Order: sequence, then structure tokens, then C-alpha cells
Amino acid sequence: MELNELSIKLASFETEGVSFESFLIANEGEQDVLQVIVDGNDELPIFVTQTEEQLLCISYLFAENEVQADMRNELNETLLRLNVPIPLSAFAKIDDKYAIFGALSVNSSFDDITHELVTLADNAIDALEAVTIYLND
Amino acid sequence: MSILKKLFTAVRGGAREAGQAIVDANGIRIFEQEIADAQNALQRAKKSLTEVMAKEMQTKRKISALDASIAEHEAYAGQALEKGNEALALEIAEKIGDFEAEKAEHEEVLAGFSNHIVQLKQQVKDAEKSIKENQRQLTMVKTTESVQQATMAVNSTLNTNSSSMTSARESLERIKQRQQDRQDQLGAAKQLEADTNGDDLKAKMAEAGIGDTNPKSADILARIKAKQNS
Repeated sequence: MELNELSIKLASFETEGVSFESFLIANEGEQDVLQVIVDGNDELPIFVTQTEEQLLCISYLFAENEVQADMRNELNETLLRLNVPIPLSAFAKIDDKYAIFGALSVNSSFDDITHELVTLADNAIDALEAVTIYLND
Repeated sequence: MSILKKLFTAVRGGAREAGQAIVDANGIRIFEQEIADAQNALQRAKKSLTEVMAKEMQTKRKISALDASIAEHEAYAGQALEKGNEALALEIAEKIGDFEAEKAEHEEVLAGFSNHIVQLKQQVKDAEKSIKENQRQLTMVKTTESVQQATMAVNSTLNTNSSSMTSARESLERIKQRQQDRQDQLGAAKQLEADTNGDDLKAKMAEAGIGDTNPKSADILARIKAKQNS
């Protein structure tokens, strides 16, 4: 599914009691990115990128400099341990930002994609809540 | 070196700055070329394989035809001997010898084809494996590249969007506040609905035994009994 098609479909769709807002980030000639806001939580947008094989859904959680320096190792260890139990999503680091992401096959159905988006949005909030103890005040 | 190892080394080496290509475009082109070459080799191997398999079948058919001829002529030779025609029998035997020589030649060719088929099948397998492996690695490289490009696009959006400059802590607080607000609104809406329907007041009155209360079955029974007695 093309990202702009996904954007149009999302606009008039509601699932699991949740609605979506989305818009394409202009990135002429380069990788297209769709910014999706789930349930009005524009603090934690999900960025959807399509590659040849995968649909990557990424939400940025916090920057490295927000982590209490002496707790960084513990945080990294915790995130690694949480990777398996957390449903459908995994933690990652992109540049200096910690992120949570899910990867889907490009052949996924629209229902699969919305389920992924809703789950990722919930996971992002839960994850942020769980790791605030490691962050600077 | 596998691509994953290269990526690992690059990340450790600090190539994680946005925009810095971990694997150069040249590397990707080489990979794509390797995949294309392997796919060509695969096509060639498959084409040869079908050709050789067809030839193998033809040769097998020729051998069984010769077997049939040999059996046939052996019967003829037997008949000639029965009729005491030794000279004819000898001539037939010579013919059988020719057939057998021809069969031996074909059998040699057949063995060559069979060997060739085994080799080609192995080549097809190898090519398929190599293509799959290279494609997997190429996917990794391309995904890395896509994520880098996407990150740049995202960063340029985030930087122009002041709300995203807030810390994760503040973001979380806002989200929690919004969720709380929503719950409060929902609660208030329910309260309002109950008030306008008068459900609340009715419930309170009923509790106090005021207003229309449902007649109790005991009362009804008492009324019926009273009627019977009168």
C-alpha cells in the first residue's frame, strides 16, 4: 500500500476506539515518510516509512541527553530485556534518539497496519511511563 | 564480511551521525550486480538443466528401443537355428552385436548426461542460495539507508515544530493529562445525561420510598386475599 493511499484511508477510519490523523512529510525525491498521530497524542507521533520489503513504523521516545548519565547502562539493559515481552514493538536507537518501532511486511493488510499503529502508540506511552525514572527531572 | 558485521563496525566507529552513509552507494551497486549475475547464472543453469534432462530422456528411449531390437533379433536367431540355417543365424548374431555396440555407446552418453544433471542441479541450488543471501543483506543495507533518509526528513519536521522540542517527561505528562481530561469529560457527560433524564432524582426518591414505586408481590397477594375474603 502506498503511503498516500494509507493516509487517505486512515483519515476516515476508526478502530479499537481510536482515530488517526496523518500527513506526508514532504521529502522530494527521497524516502517518503508518513507522520501518523494516534488518538490525538501528537507528542508521540508515529513515522511510517516504506522500504522494498518492510513498512517501518517508528516513534521517537526521548533523546540520549534526557537520560540520567549514571543510569544509562541500566536503561539500555532494561530496554533490551523488555524487547521480547512488549507486543509487536521493539526498542531501538536512531542517531541520538531512543525509539520504539514495529516492522511489517509490505504485503500487510490495512487492518494489520492499523492494529500495528494502535499497539505501537499504546506501547510508546507505556514505555515512556515505565522509563521516566531513568530520565532527568 | 557480512553486511551485518559491516553495519556493526560502522555504528561502533561513529558513523551514526545523521546523513552519514554507513554503506556507500558503490557497495549497494556491487551487491545489486552480484544478485543480477547470480540470477543470470540461475537462468542459464535452469535452461541447461531442462535441455540435458530432455536429452537424457531421449537417450533412455533409444536404449530401450535397442533392448527391444536385441530381444527381437535374438528370437529371430533362435528361429533360424531351429530351421538349421546356421549362416542366417550368424548374420542375425552380427546384427545383434551392432545393436549392443550402439547400446553401449548410448549408455556412455547417458551416464554423461546423468552426471551433468547432478552438477546442474547443484549449481541451481547454489545460485538460489546465493541470491537469497545477497537479497537479505541488500535489504539490510537498503533499510539502513531508508531509515537514515527518513530520519533526516523527520528531523527537519521536528525542528520546525516547536511542540516536539519538549522533553519526553513533558510529553508524557501532557498525554496523561489529555487521557485524564477525556475521562473527566466522559464522567461529566454521563452525570449530565443522568441529571437530564432525572434518573438520579428518581433513584433517590425510590430509595426513600417516595413517588411511583413498583408494587411489591406481597402487596398484590394481600390484595387478592382480601378480595377472596370479602
